[in-house]
Amino acid sequence: MVQLITARNLSVDFPIFGMTSNRSFKKSLINIATGGALAKDASNRVTVRALDGLSFDFYEGDRIGLVGHNGCGKSTLLQVLAGIYEPTSGELTVDGRITSMLGITLGMDAEVTGLDNIYLRGRLMGLQRKTIDGMVDEIADFAGIGEFLHLPMRTYSSGMSMRLAFAVATSVEAEIILMDEWLSAGDADFALKAKDRLTALVSKARLVVIASHDLSMIADQCNTVIHLEHGKILSMTKK
Amino acid sequence: MHGIWWGLAWQEIKQRYRRSVIGPFWIALSTAVMVSGMGPLYGILFGQAVSNYVQHLAVSLIIWTFISAAINEAGTVFVGAEGYIKQVNLPLSVYVLKLISRNLLMLAHNCTVMLFVLIIFPPDNFNSIWMAPFGLLMVVCNLFWLVLLLGMLSARYRDIPQLVSNIIQVALFLTPIIWSIEMLPPGRRFLADFNPLFHFIEVVRAPLLGKSIYLVSWLFVFITMLGGSILTFLVFKKFRSRVPYWL
Repeated sequence: MVQLITARNLSVDFPIFGMTSNRSFKKSLINIATGGALAKDASNRVTVRALDGLSFDFYEGDRIGLVGHNGCGKSTLLQVLAGIYEPTSGELTVDGRITSMLGITLGMDAEVTGLDNIYLRGRLMGLQRKTIDGMVDEIADFAGIGEFLHLPMRTYSSGMSMRLAFAVATSVEAEIILMDEWLSAGDADFALKAKDRLTALVSKARLVVIASHDLSMIADQCNTVIHLEHGKILSMTKK
Repeated sequence: MHGIWWGLAWQEIKQRYRRSVIGPFWIALSTAVMVSGMGPLYGILFGQAVSNYVQHLAVSLIIWTFISAAINEAGTVFVGAEGYIKQVNLPLSVYVLKLISRNLLMLAHNCTVMLFVLIIFPPDNFNSIWMAPFGLLMVVCNLFWLVLLLGMLSARYRDIPQLVSNIIQVALFLTPIIWSIEMLPPGRRFLADFNPLFHFIEVVRAPLLGKSIYLVSWLFVFITMLGGSILTFLVFKKFRSRVPYWL
């Protein structure tokens, strides 16, 4: 089996600035914290330990589901895998191209046309202008925005903008997919179409990591379920 | 990262001037208004020939606007891009290059005013005008490290942007922009040498105005470029990965 992602003792600490005084307040916070554990780093700063010594191996073909309460570290782990945060300590090796489905509407501009937004999003996903040229028709067609393509996006309904964002995000071939909740958009009809499209994309990917609260979806899609709590792996179940 | 900063820079300019009739040429127009308003008055105040003074003021103000805007915006280069930095994994240099490209685009618009002024009041000679692009290139290289460094410091210490904008505000008056070093008594001209911003402006300005090349400025700009790049590289190498945590 080809190992695509390896983590050894991976930890992430978020520094909290502007809280160096008022010790008692800090102590009381430690007791009520539902998120990561509060701690102090070497220079006596307050930090939140969002991920605490995680070790795991993800292999080719794995479908990983991350579950746990709010603040358990699911999203942070996805951000770390996406390369946004470098681990504060420990090691992480990623062997493959990451396609992050986090923030699929980032960079969209309501004042420019849907067409321009396809390019804006495509460029942020790391695509070349030329590559996008060849994808525009398919994306517009799938999103079903018709002649609205050439109108500013502020004229779209919120469902239409979401459909467009979804269509762009799912228009690429992906090796390693990271997703915060199963993506969906639009009305019932579109949601069905969207599910098929995303399932097709996911089934072609070499590795998928999804964070979700939807346990039935996780059971449906994933072969490994990682249960996080306070930034630690509580259990890791393979199907 | 395949030139994405250029597209983002254009996008921001277009966003700012959307649905305005003359669009980004407002940049040029406001410079034109400032120069034509201040030029004659300050020319008289300083006892200068209007042609000479307007020429000096236009070129100086345009270069200054470019440099000062870039330095002023450095404080928010990462803080302002928090949404991007926390959601997509782009190199931090993308945001710095975007900032510099945007200001270069604004400079390009302002250059229409400069062209206009230099046609109406031509300088004595154009012998060294070919050096202006090199001067600008060195200024841009300096701005790259400076914006990167200030951007990182500002992400960690949020007082830096305030401090920088304070300094820039005063610097407009302390740097020979509205006045020129020729107005200083000969024995006092060395005072300008202690002002780094003077040298930054001078390497672009002197070639455009047909003035003799001031070697000290070129040396200064060159040395800061090397020294600053090394310093920033070291800081960047050590703290690059911390920037998202500071936002």
